[in-house]
Amino acid sequence: MSMTISDNMETVYQKPATLTETPMHYCPGCGHGVVHRVLMEVIEEMGIAEQTIGVAPVGCSVFAYHYMNVDMQAAPHGRASAVATGVRRVLPEKYVYSYQGDGDLAAIGTGETIHTVNRGENILMVFVNNGIYGMTGGQMAPTSLCGMVTSTSPYGRDEHVMGHPLKITEMIAQLPGAYYVARHAVHTPTAVRKLKKAFKTSFEMQKQKKGTCFIEVVSNCPSGWKMTPVEANDWMEKNMFPYYPLGDIKVPATMK
Amino acid sequence: MISGTVTIATEICKGCELCIVSCPQDSLGLSPSINHKGFRFAQLVQDNCTGCTNCALVCPDSAITVYRETKSSKRASNPLVASQAA
Ligand SMILES: Cc1ncc(C[n+]2csc(CCOP(=O)(O)OP(=O)(O)O)c2C)c(N)n1
Ligand code: SF4
Ligand code: SF4
Ligand code: SF4
Ligand SMILES: [Mg+2]
Repeated sequence: MSMTISDNMETVYQKPATLTETPMHYCPGCGHGVVHRVLMEVIEEMGIAEQTIGVAPVGCSVFAYHYMNVDMQAAPHGRASAVATGVRRVLPEKYVYSYQGDGDLAAIGTGETIHTVNRGENILMVFVNNGIYGMTGGQMAPTSLCGMVTSTSPYGRDEHVMGHPLKITEMIAQLPGAYYVARHAVHTPTAVRKLKKAFKTSFEMQKQKKGTCFIEVVSNCPSGWKMTPVEANDWMEKNMFPYYPLGDIKVPATMK
Repeated sequence: MISGTVTIATEICKGCELCIVSCPQDSLGLSPSINHKGFRFAQLVQDNCTGCTNCALVCPDSAITVYRETKSSKRASNPLVASQAA
């Protein structure tokens, strides 16, 4: 079936120009692609592409700089927020964001994450939590759920041996440097719209030099979880959301 | 009912089906054939798209462009509204 696009039709949705034409390498259905697009849409709509610098991580989103059509810098594993700190301090008038997975931000980069937020660095930290090390073959992450089977927890995560899933977002929200902290998702159109608003708010706060805005996106890893994308999103809703509930975690008084 | 349509970049699509399950109209389905990457791709299977953009919002590969009938064209084609406007 193909419908013709007649003269009386207008384009109501298209890929933002702030995404490059390079096809993304992500597995089918991977949430990273949606998070990239939502972030780039906000940057396009705010007209700040020329003033924005992103910092890419190590993880599946290591090639974010191939897709995001803004100035970008790659960081070593876990160090994106430290690199973003450097960028922020050298270029105080730019919009700066870091983009990291859970292995990156909440395992090897825990120290950088805590101290960046504790300093209240005036950046947006985007944290994509899929509860696993996607890139390296689905190993257990600090965020993997109790009982979750991964390549390094083949009998399921046992919290008595392997510790509890780390709610790093709630942790860092306690720090005075954290200005706006929220948890979102990208599995439905409504969730996508809410995330978009949170990114926009974060850049607006950054312009006012308010401190660290930290947005977690609970996402999927169909390959690491060994599910189809539709099954993965379903599993995420039933298992990830109860432990990592969506919504605002710390909001400035002006937003309440 | 507002009428709309979508175009899908079939060589970009990875057949994840997330657009298909997000469509309130059941307008989308997977192709019988495969693209150069080896994926069956999403395509319109019914002529009832409303241009709601749901599918495009959840597509990880930004493969979908959405079009909708403009309000002015709707008005022109609706004699009641047209006469009121006159
Ligand atoms: C210093 C260092 N240690 C380990 C690795 C191997 N490594 C690459 S990505 C990764 C984890 C990625 O997981 P995550 O940050 O959750 O990203 P995802 O792929 O799930 O999006 C690890 C351990 C590395 N590249 N560098
Ligand atoms: S391994 Fe997981 S996180 Fe990485 S691209 Fe594939 S689905 Fe996405
Ligand atoms: S725009 Fe809405 S109705 Fe049309 S195919 Fe997409 S989800 Fe379905
Ligand atoms: S959501 Fe995008 S990539 Fe997935 S099947 Fe639909 S058009 Fe293809
Ligand atoms: Mg991960």
